Amino acid sequence: MLNTKEIRSYFPILDQEINGHPLVYLDNGATSQKPIQVIEAIKKYYEFENSNVHRGVHTLGNRATDSYEGAREKVRKFINAKSTKEVIFTRGTTTAINTVAQSYGLANLKEGDEIVITHMEHHSNIIPWQQLAKKTGAVLKYIDLEADGTLSLEKVRETITNQTKIVSIVYVSNVLGTMNPIKEITQIAHEHGAVMVVDGAQAAPHLKLDVQALDCDFLAFSGHKMCGPTGIGVLYGKEALLDKMKPIEFGGEMIDFVGLYDSTWKELPWKFEGGTPIIAGAIGLGAAIDFLEEIGLDEIEKHEHELAAYAMEKMSTIDGLSIYGPVDAAKRAGIVTFNLDDVHPHDVATVLDMSGIAVRAGHHCAQPLMKWLQCVATARASFYIYNSEEDIDRLVTGLLSAKEYFNDVF
Amino acid sequence: MSSNLDQLYRRVIMDHYKNPRNKGSIEDGALTIDMNNPTCGDRIHLTLQVEDGKIQNAKFDGEGCSISMASASMMTQAVKGKTVEEALQLSTTFSEMMLGKDYDDSIELEDIEALSGVSQFPARIKCATLAWKAMEKGVSEETE
Repeated sequence: MLNTKEIRSYFPILDQEINGHPLVYLDNGATSQKPIQVIEAIKKYYEFENSNVHRGVHTLGNRATDSYEGAREKVRKFINAKSTKEVIFTRGTTTAINTVAQSYGLANLKEGDEIVITHMEHHSNIIPWQQLAKKTGAVLKYIDLEADGTLSLEKVRETITNQTKIVSIVYVSNVLGTMNPIKEITQIAHEHGAVMVVDGAQAAPHLKLDVQALDCDFLAFSGHKMCGPTGIGVLYGKEALLDKMKPIEFGGEMIDFVGLYDSTWKELPWKFEGGTPIIAGAIGLGAAIDFLEEIGLDEIEKHEHELAAYAMEKMSTIDGLSIYGPVDAAKRAGIVTFNLDDVHPHDVATVLDMSGIAVRAGHHCAQPLMKWLQCVATARASFYIYNSEEDIDRLVTGLLSAKEYFNDVF
Repeated sequence: MSSNLDQLYRRVIMDHYKNPRNKGSIEDGALTIDMNNPTCGDRIHLTLQVEDGKIQNAKFDGEGCSISMASASMMTQAVKGKTVEEALQLSTTFSEMMLGKDYDDSIELEDIEALSGVSQFPARIKCATLAWKAMEKGVSEETE
C-alpha cells in the first residue's frame, strides 16, 4: 500500500468537511484531484513565463516554449513513444479520438469497410465511429463481452476480419474496471491490416503505458484524470501514420507558408495543433507526470488492485449489494461499480453525500454498456493514490446506513 | 445524517415511489411524450388524454430514482381533471418551488408540497422536474 497519509497532504482539496463529515473522494473515474505540485506549476507559469509559444524573439516567449515543449518530452517518456513528433496535445481523450476518426478515418475508409469496437466503450469511443460509419458507409461492429465483463480473444478473432480497417478499444473500462489485453488485440488487428486505436483515459492514471510494447497505432488520454488540469489531453500516433494524415483544424500555429489561395503545414506534431496551444494545461500535465512517476506507476497499479480487492471483499458482505465486472480483483483496476437492492443509485449517492462520501451515479457515459448490463444506472466508487482502506470502510458504513434508511422509510 | 435526508425523502414521496399512482399507458388516441434525463438515465413515458381543453386522464411509465418516479406519480395525480391552463399554472408553481423561490400557495398542492425539500439538493432538482417538463411538452404540442 502507498503512504496515503503523505500523499493526501499534497491535495489541499481533500482536507475539508462535506455535509459535516471529512471528505472521502471516490469519484476518481470522473476526474482526479490535483496536488499542490501541479497547481504550483500552473501558477508559476502564469506568474513568471506566460507568453505565446513558437513565435517570440523575446525571453518570455522562449521560456514558455521551453516549458511547453518540455512537457511534450515528459509525455513522450511517460508513454515510451519513439519521438516527440508522435505526441500531439489535444483538449482531451474525446478530441484525440475524433482527430483519428476525422483525419485517418475519412481518408482511409470506404463503403463496406469495418470499424470494430466493444460493448464496454465510453461514449467518446463510440460516437466518433458512428459518425465516421455514417459518412463513409463503413460498418460499425461490436465485440460481445463475456458474462463477467471481460473480452475473450476468441470473440476478438471472430469479429475482426480482412474488411476491418480500424479497431478501437478501451484499455481499462470506466464502468467494469476490466483491463483489456490490448497487446494481443493489437496483434490480431495488425494481422488483418487494421490500425489499433486505444482509449487510454482510465489507463494512463493507473498503470505504466508503453506504446512500443503494445505496438498500438494510436493512443488517447486525458490529463485531468491523472492529477493534471482539465482541458489538456494527448493523442499519440505512430509517426508514419501521422505523417500522412491531414490536419483537421486550420489556422494559426499549424502553418508553414501561407499564400492567398493555398498554404502548407508545419511538421509533426505542430500541424495538428492549430491556434494558440493549451500551454498552461500542458505544463500542468507535465507536473502531474513528474508527480506520478515520483510515486511510481507500478506502485500505483498495485495500490489500486489492493484497494479493489479490499472493497470487493468488504462490499460483498452487504446483503443485496451486487458488483458488476470481473470477480477476480487482479483483472480490474480500482473501479467498483455496484447496485444496492432496489434503492436507485441516485438515492444511494445522495445518502453517501450526506456522509461526505462522493461517488458517481448514473450511466457513466456508457449507455450501450448499461443496456448490456440490463440496468438503467449504477453507482460507482473509483479509487486513486490518496484513497485508503479507511475510505472504503467509510463507504461500507455509508452503504449500510443507506440500506437501513430506505428499509426504515418503507 | 437522517434529519437532512428526511428533508428530501419524506414519507409521502416514498409512498408514491413504492405505490405509484397512474402507472401504465393510455392506449388509444392519447398524447405520447417520451423524455429522458441524458446526464443520469432517468426516463419517462407519459400519455395524456386531453379533451375540450381538459386533461381527462394521465398515465406514466419509466425508470428512475425515487424522486423522479414519485414526482411523476404526483404530477399525474395532480393534473388529472384540470384544464390545460390550470396544469401549466401548477407546473410554473412547481418550478418556483424547485428553485427555492416564493411560490403561489393559494393553489392546492396536496402531495406535491412534499417535494419542496428537493430545492435543498441542487443535484436532484432535475429528477423532480422531468415529469413536469414532459407534461408541459405534451400539452403545448396539443395546443399548437
